[in-house]
Amino acid sequence: MQFWIIQGLNSLSLGGLLFLLSSGFSLIFGLMRLANLTHGAFFMLGTYFGATAMRAYGGLNIWVTALGAGIAVAAIGGLFERLVLTRLKTNPLGQVLVTLGMSFIISDACLMLWGGDSIPVPTPQNLQAPTRVLGFVFPTYRLVLVGCAIGAAIALYFLLERTRLGAMIRAGVDDRQMARAVGIPVSNLFTIVFCLGAGIAGAGGVLGGPILSAYPGLDGDMLPLALIVVILGGIGSLLGAFVGSFIIGFIYTFGTALFPELAYIILFLPMIVVIAFRPQGLFGRVGA
Amino acid sequence: MTISRRQFVSSVAGAGIASVAAPNLVFAQNSGPIRIGLLAAKTGPLASGGIDMELALTMFLKERDNTLAGRKVELIVADTAGVPATARTKAQELIEKNNVHCMIGPLAAFEALAIADYLTEKEIPTLGVAAAEDMTQRHPSPWFVRLTSTSAQCTYPFAEYCAKELKYKKIVTIADDFAYGHEMCAGFQRAFEDNGGKIVQKIFTPLATPDYGSYVAQVKNADAIFLGTAGSNGFRFLRQFIEYGLKDKMTVIGGMTALDESVLRNMGDEALGILTTSWYSAEIDNPLNKAFAPAFRKQFKYDPGYYAGSTYLAGEVLEAALKTTNANAEDKKALMTAIRGNNVDTIRGVVKFDEFGNVIGDVYIRKVTRSDGRLVNAVIKTYPDVSQFWTYDKTAFLKNPVYSRDYPPAKNLEQ
Amino acid sequence: MKWIAAALLAVLLVGLPFFAGDFYVNLASQILIAAIFALSLNLLVGYGGMTSLGHASYLGVAAYISALMTSRYGWGHGPAALLSILGTTAMAALFGLIALRATGLGFLMITLALSQVLWGLAYRMSDVTNGDNGIAGLTRPMPFGFSIDSAASFYWFALIVAWFAFMMMTVFVSSSFGSSLKGVRDQPRRMAALGFNPWMIRWITFIYAGFWGGISGLLYVYYNKYIHPTSLSTTSSAEALLGVIAGGSGTPGGPVVGAALVLLLKNYVSAYLERWNMLLGLVFLFIVLVMPNGIVPGLSRLLRRGSR
Repeated sequence: MQFWIIQGLNSLSLGGLLFLLSSGFSLIFGLMRLANLTHGAFFMLGTYFGATAMRAYGGLNIWVTALGAGIAVAAIGGLFERLVLTRLKTNPLGQVLVTLGMSFIISDACLMLWGGDSIPVPTPQNLQAPTRVLGFVFPTYRLVLVGCAIGAAIALYFLLERTRLGAMIRAGVDDRQMARAVGIPVSNLFTIVFCLGAGIAGAGGVLGGPILSAYPGLDGDMLPLALIVVILGGIGSLLGAFVGSFIIGFIYTFGTALFPELAYIILFLPMIVVIAFRPQGLFGRVGA
Repeated sequence: MTISRRQFVSSVAGAGIASVAAPNLVFAQNSGPIRIGLLAAKTGPLASGGIDMELALTMFLKERDNTLAGRKVELIVADTAGVPATARTKAQELIEKNNVHCMIGPLAAFEALAIADYLTEKEIPTLGVAAAEDMTQRHPSPWFVRLTSTSAQCTYPFAEYCAKELKYKKIVTIADDFAYGHEMCAGFQRAFEDNGGKIVQKIFTPLATPDYGSYVAQVKNADAIFLGTAGSNGFRFLRQFIEYGLKDKMTVIGGMTALDESVLRNMGDEALGILTTSWYSAEIDNPLNKAFAPAFRKQFKYDPGYYAGSTYLAGEVLEAALKTTNANAEDKKALMTAIRGNNVDTIRGVVKFDEFGNVIGDVYIRKVTRSDGRLVNAVIKTYPDVSQFWTYDKTAFLKNPVYSRDYPPAKNLEQ
Repeated sequence: MKWIAAALLAVLLVGLPFFAGDFYVNLASQILIAAIFALSLNLLVGYGGMTSLGHASYLGVAAYISALMTSRYGWGHGPAALLSILGTTAMAALFGLIALRATGLGFLMITLALSQVLWGLAYRMSDVTNGDNGIAGLTRPMPFGFSIDSAASFYWFALIVAWFAFMMMTVFVSSSFGSSLKGVRDQPRRMAALGFNPWMIRWITFIYAGFWGGISGLLYVYYNKYIHPTSLSTTSSAEALLGVIAGGSGTPGGPVVGAALVLLLKNYVSAYLERWNMLLGLVFLFIVLVMPNGIVPGLSRLLRRGSR
């Protein structure tokens, strides 16, 4: 019984982490049709920023740090988008080259600046004591992370469904040409959405830091997960990213616990099945 | 952009042609420097170890004014990126392009296995760091020595210590799911069970595991959990282990790379009291180490650990061998014989090599304590002259298959 | 003019071992292997419009089959190579059936997922594949009784295979099938309306690309005499893809140039520059900004401008 509850909670917290990672990716792909292969590197950059900032200023609050890192990464993302990506609107292969190239640059820069060791992000003091759930303990921070993911989902929902900016984004996702035709500044929208996506990744990196730690290779470990979530959940759908994150969280956690021999394969088989039979993903509005 | 496209293209083409057509320089014998090649993974997931390897070796050479046994030495470092094909290309580069006399490294087992036949063919004395058991057991090469330890060598005395002195009865092992982890846990299991203990669970985590949460939740009840992890995975696992409240229920112990000095410097009080076993500790009390460790710390601001220790050690062994051959590095057979034949005083104590080229040296049980305000691996017990075969009969040992995930079979696993 | 350039190139290529040392000859062999791999990927990416991030599957599987058959089961190199190619091509057919159910990002993801599954199997099935120790101690075959153990002899062998591969793939894309492939890439609906079967055309291309990927895998394992799961990794696929795009997809020579670029930066420049990864990324950024369609189209544009 204990096994199921603990692994269930683990699945939720992993799902929350994955949502923070992949919501930005889903946004960017939905609007810009750009598979942002730099996304893992943005996430990792956030984790490194967070780890360094919190070690340098011991009393720094993790939420403030996440916000700060998010803004910093968003700025870097914005520059990248404005200077490089805008020129590649009609060059999808060029986009692949450039986003991968950028991820090489970021990951090598991280190695250069922070060396090869793994640097932890400290868990916030007031959340370090484990929570007692039905007679056993579970790390409090992980539960809070689920809350963060839900909070982020709600915030994004409001942004997309209740604001003008959100309406413009949705219009752009549904039909880019028409959106331009009715006067929506799609290019500026692209930059804003890219910044937003990168920023969420950066903030997510800080928030995931206490669980993951910053280490070289974090970008390569996280990017496939983001891709899987978005493919499974469906492109252009926030709900898809949300549901997909938790589904993957459950599959990964229970899969590795129950079938350790299939550890590497457990994530990819469901995705292959989904794409093969429902290419637009579970909630996708747009074909991949 | 201030350079034109044409200029860029022509300069790249020129550079390319120039480097390919560069004549093969023939180095003069004996009057030139001794060229040592270092294969280190300076980028990629193993980067932390590779960087330390380079730092310690350059420090060693600098201390001696780049002169060993009276002859100048030139060090050429090659980045293997932790990829076997690249390791092979870099080995070729060092041997064919740079004409090195001998090599130090590589770090990872698969890197060593990728180049083993090439080194043997080219007859290059190699002082290896990688822990792969079979390289000095069933597939030894006369041109390869290993100065550090096989994956399991340090676990044997530690397993005995756990069973006999700490009186542990049941232990869970967790390690990364690759040969190094398999071999280390197999060795620990064998010695622990031979001394009356039981390994009740063996967990192997896949290589790219960002989150250890689901593994922590699988850990069964036991007296202790043995971390056979490498790099910073042990630390990341330990953090989750503590957060799930398990540190109060089980003691944490580890192998030679679980809580290496390079990882320890990023840890806090949660590490205090953890016992690990290794062939090195920055706290070893002999004159050579008492000179090396503080010097390293002064220059690089952290204690030397497994990787830094390994290349400094390689330098010491090489220097002793060169003194024996009178600085002759061209006669490779003589150099190799000298390397294998010497008993050398080093930072880890006295080392010598068995007939397979593996080191016989002291193994240290260490405990994490705080000293001078920083965390260190204090030595609490020394097992002298441990060989890769421990107390087992060599011939019988070699007749068995190499340690793996399922060998020796774990008979005491609880469901 | 073109003939003189081609003849000069041929002399340079064949004569390389006479004026360059073993290290450079070996580097050239590696470039040839990477070039065949990239050319096979280009069939999919450049001519077929299908971006695959799992092409290493074919290189890796071919290499592993050859390695296993010769080292573990004592097969001769001839039968092992045959089984290797047959197996890889059959696998390509199977993978194609799955992957072609999607396009664009979905296709990319399926190819990525399939190669990751193989990667995971290679690690996990260690009784068969030796896991992350890889399979060492392999030998090179003796085609027609000639030894290819020396650097020069292997290089010439690889040169012959590469030339043959290049010719076969060029014939493929310039044939009428190749034209229909490009048509399907650019206007699939129109092609279907005209009576072509886009799926079948893509599938055949997929298989052909897998076949040549397997050939490059054989050369790879003969050259290295060692195989390890990293050859099946996403990094391996990504490097080839980057090479194809950087060199110029959709051109016959582009992938060769791109593969050479990536290989040289990884293996040669890395000796002089510690931050070679960063340089690689910067080079890609630079190429895309300055020569958006890749190096070869960019250079030929330059030359055309220059000759005006």
